[in-house]
Amino acid sequence: MFRSRFRDFDWVLLGFVLVLTLISVLEIRSATEMTKFHGFHTKQMMFLGVGLVVMFLVSTVDYHRLLDIAPWAYGVSLLSLLAVLAVGKKVLGAKRWINLGGGVHFQPSEWVKLVLILVMARFLWGRAGEGKDLSWLDVGKAFALVCLPLALVLKQPDLGTSLTYLPVLVVGLFLGGMRLKQASVVLLGLLLLGGIGFAAGKRLKPYQQKRIDAFLNPDSDPKGSGYQIRQSLIAVGSGGVWGKGMSQGTQTQGDFLPIPYTDFIFAAFCEEHGFVGAMVVLLLYFLILVRLVQNAQTAADPPGTLIVMGVAAVMLFQIAINIGMCVGLMPVTGIPLPLMSYGGSSVIYTFLALGIVMNIRMRRFVN
Amino acid sequence: MDAPHLDRKERLSAAKLHASTYVIAAVMLVLAVGLWRLQVLGATGYRVLAEANRVRKVPVLAPRGKIFDREGRIIVDNYPSVSCYLLREQGKNLDSDLPMIAAGLHIPVEQIEATLKRFAYAPKYQPLPLKPDITQDEQAFIEAHRNELPELETLDEQRRLYPREGFAAHLIGYVGEVSENDLKTEKYAVYNPGDVVGKSGVEASYDSILRGTDGSRNVVVNSHGKEVGQLGQELAKPGQDIHLTIDLDIQKAAELALEGKTGAIVAMDPHTGEILAMASRPTFDPNQFLHLSRAYWNSIVTDTDHPLMNKTIQAQLAPGSTFKIVMSLAGLQENVAQTMQVNCSGGADFYGHYFKCDKRHGAVDIHRAIPMSCDTFYYTLANKLGIDTMARYATSVGFAQRTGVDLPDEAVGTMPSTLWKLKTQHDKWYAGETISVGIGQGAIQATPLQLARALGGIASGGVLRRPHVVMDEGIQPDQRETFDTIHGMYPGSGEKTVALTTENWQTITDAMAETTISGTAGQAHLEGIDFAGKTGTAQVMSHDALARSGGGHKTVPNAWFVGMAPRRNPDIVVTVLWENGDWGSNSAKLGAQIVNAFVAKQRRVAGNLKVAEAPKVVAPPAVKPVAAAASVPSGQ
Repeated sequence: MFRSRFRDFDWVLLGFVLVLTLISVLEIRSATEMTKFHGFHTKQMMFLGVGLVVMFLVSTVDYHRLLDIAPWAYGVSLLSLLAVLAVGKKVLGAKRWINLGGGVHFQPSEWVKLVLILVMARFLWGRAGEGKDLSWLDVGKAFALVCLPLALVLKQPDLGTSLTYLPVLVVGLFLGGMRLKQASVVLLGLLLLGGIGFAAGKRLKPYQQKRIDAFLNPDSDPKGSGYQIRQSLIAVGSGGVWGKGMSQGTQTQGDFLPIPYTDFIFAAFCEEHGFVGAMVVLLLYFLILVRLVQNAQTAADPPGTLIVMGVAAVMLFQIAINIGMCVGLMPVTGIPLPLMSYGGSSVIYTFLALGIVMNIRMRRFVN
Repeated sequence: MDAPHLDRKERLSAAKLHASTYVIAAVMLVLAVGLWRLQVLGATGYRVLAEANRVRKVPVLAPRGKIFDREGRIIVDNYPSVSCYLLREQGKNLDSDLPMIAAGLHIPVEQIEATLKRFAYAPKYQPLPLKPDITQDEQAFIEAHRNELPELETLDEQRRLYPREGFAAHLIGYVGEVSENDLKTEKYAVYNPGDVVGKSGVEASYDSILRGTDGSRNVVVNSHGKEVGQLGQELAKPGQDIHLTIDLDIQKAAELALEGKTGAIVAMDPHTGEILAMASRPTFDPNQFLHLSRAYWNSIVTDTDHPLMNKTIQAQLAPGSTFKIVMSLAGLQENVAQTMQVNCSGGADFYGHYFKCDKRHGAVDIHRAIPMSCDTFYYTLANKLGIDTMARYATSVGFAQRTGVDLPDEAVGTMPSTLWKLKTQHDKWYAGETISVGIGQGAIQATPLQLARALGGIASGGVLRRPHVVMDEGIQPDQRETFDTIHGMYPGSGEKTVALTTENWQTITDAMAETTISGTAGQAHLEGIDFAGKTGTAQVMSHDALARSGGGHKTVPNAWFVGMAPRRNPDIVVTVLWENGDWGSNSAKLGAQIVNAFVAKQRRVAGNLKVAEAPKVVAPPAVKPVAAAASVPSGQ
């Protein structure tokens, strides 16, 4: 039974993922070897090891059990987010972490993402399907489901992570059968709301406003807010076609590129491995995402499909925002690049999500 | 939430799932295009930016040339020094580090805060000077705290080491950072902000030879401006040494003579114009100017005796009776003084005013008038010659013109004349004004160097040299052009010869020798040395003003003396100005010290002083006077 299950494990997907994480570990090593963060690559490997174990463990539990406990998990999530606001550790002006003792810090907003994916699938199960349309009430409920934790994370404040909850809502509504009319009305309403907020100028914190300004005009303040974008563009651009070589990036090694092992790891990679290296990474992401969609297509039931598509949507969103930021197409938001950025919470989340995907794939013929 | 009744067969829209693949592809395509734009199309431009980011040109300061005396003894040296700079790295809040930095470098926190404030608008990458010339302990502190205080940086420099206690300070000058205002002027156009340049004295006038050429290193820095490597360098070209015409032994005698006094001493070789000693009091310590404290600067600028003024070339004062030598030249060359006899009864009346003499000299001719310094004789002579003739002779020996000495900011002086009065006061000259000018009072003003050159030139048979403080010898061939340019920057009356007959020459020089034997400088007599000179006691204010002021040190007359040895074709001429020194004879004693030191050295070194005993046999002038100098008629 166990062996047959793992024969259906998506080894191809895992292969792509492992290649990408290998690239990531090498780049973290390169970006930190001359800094006080030297040794982060070994810590990252440790995270990856834990992630793999977690992935295999999660894949053994039927995802329907997970769907059963999803509402409870959702409740716990909201509580943990409230706890962060109450007792969280303040890092760089935001409360995002809970100290679990023993030097371990935990960022609940990451795994809330996964709970949201599950709870959204669970909510749409039965309401969604071919030929079924969502009622206005359902659309409203779906919005509430996502916006509650989103608001709490936004309050930390962590705009980047809160934004990653949106793709869960978008993909859910899209696949769940939201009508075009509903979509247009919602979109118009959001635009109007956003416009009013923007005009009032109260929606964004000063640092967020600065980031937007810097994005629109990176040269306006070369040593201030635009600094990060500017240095990232220089890093990526100066990499050229073939790159400067492993550990040879002047922007990365000279500490010009900010946090080159987390948010800007892709810029560091582009500097040292050039356009060719960047294309390889993009291709790997494309293959992983397409593979996820395939798994969604072969899922045994709608919640399976919805979960896998949720995972894929969040991943695509993070890739688009992070890489878009590195190449100057997006403002600085502080969203990690999945499978590449250094960080335990991000790694664990990704492998948890992949574990559920494997889980769904292994049970695609169960009826 | 209860699980709804589920239909396991139910499927989501296959088309929508299929479409999502295209969404993924589209996003990837957009990102790929973004990367193409930067890495393929923009690579060249961004590579330039990346290089500009990390490569910085750091100057390598050229050590300044050293300054020696005429015999190769060092006067100004350099010493290696380390300065501490503050880097304002991106994002780091320095405030919390300030107390630690202040304690380690032994400077008050307020001073660092003031520096930060002063440079608040300077570019962030510019290092701020925290403390120059740090001690070894302080260097050790910086090294030991590299990790906690990465914002501290050190820079090796060569600093000037000047003689102590302001020895020859005015002549040498000092260096300092070029000021914002200086940079705007044409003279300083070649300098960059932050350059250290000569501010006064030889340091300023010979800056282009002394300064050398700074080199540079292309260093690789990280985002905090910390040096992590080097790409290449251009070596600094050290400045050239210069040899002054100063003789340290004579300079020492001059400095000693002025100890505790206000005034100036300048000694010159009239054969060449080489200045042998140049001292001015009060003085200042140029070493203090390297890191000038406000207190020291205030004490300098508020001193009413002007410590920064080089009085040998910048003090413009009434020359008093020393001017009588110029008067004698004029009187004799105009054939007036030879036969003139005056009966001095302690003064005389001219144009309704009584002009006093300090003694009743009785019957006086030119031979007695000079050593006795009889005012009555020169009042009479001035009245006979008239102001314009006097002015003609005075300007011919360099009055009211710069001597052209190779030092900055030389004063011009004043020689009154009818034209001068018309120009400056738009008024006509009254004959009565001529009388005081005859004894070097009134509107006439001269510098000590002008007097040394004029009287030394007359004693040399009318040959005037251009005074200078830097030897031609020792200037490198490639610096010759620069050297000539520098000389061109200090124009003056230059080298010239004024008409002087042999008889007149003898008359004047013999009378000046008599001054140190039986005349006004008799107390300064030097046994066994053919020592000649002329004293001067110059009123610093009119008799009326003096009466009103009620006395005080500042009202005491200035004591002048211009001396030389030997009397004819002297090897040294020295001017002593002792401000408020009361009597010219007081200055004569100081002048005698200088001449004695010079002669003693000459005898010690080679026994080559040309005169030992007073020559009774008249020798023709060594330099034959040229028939006529431009401005002086032969007067025959």
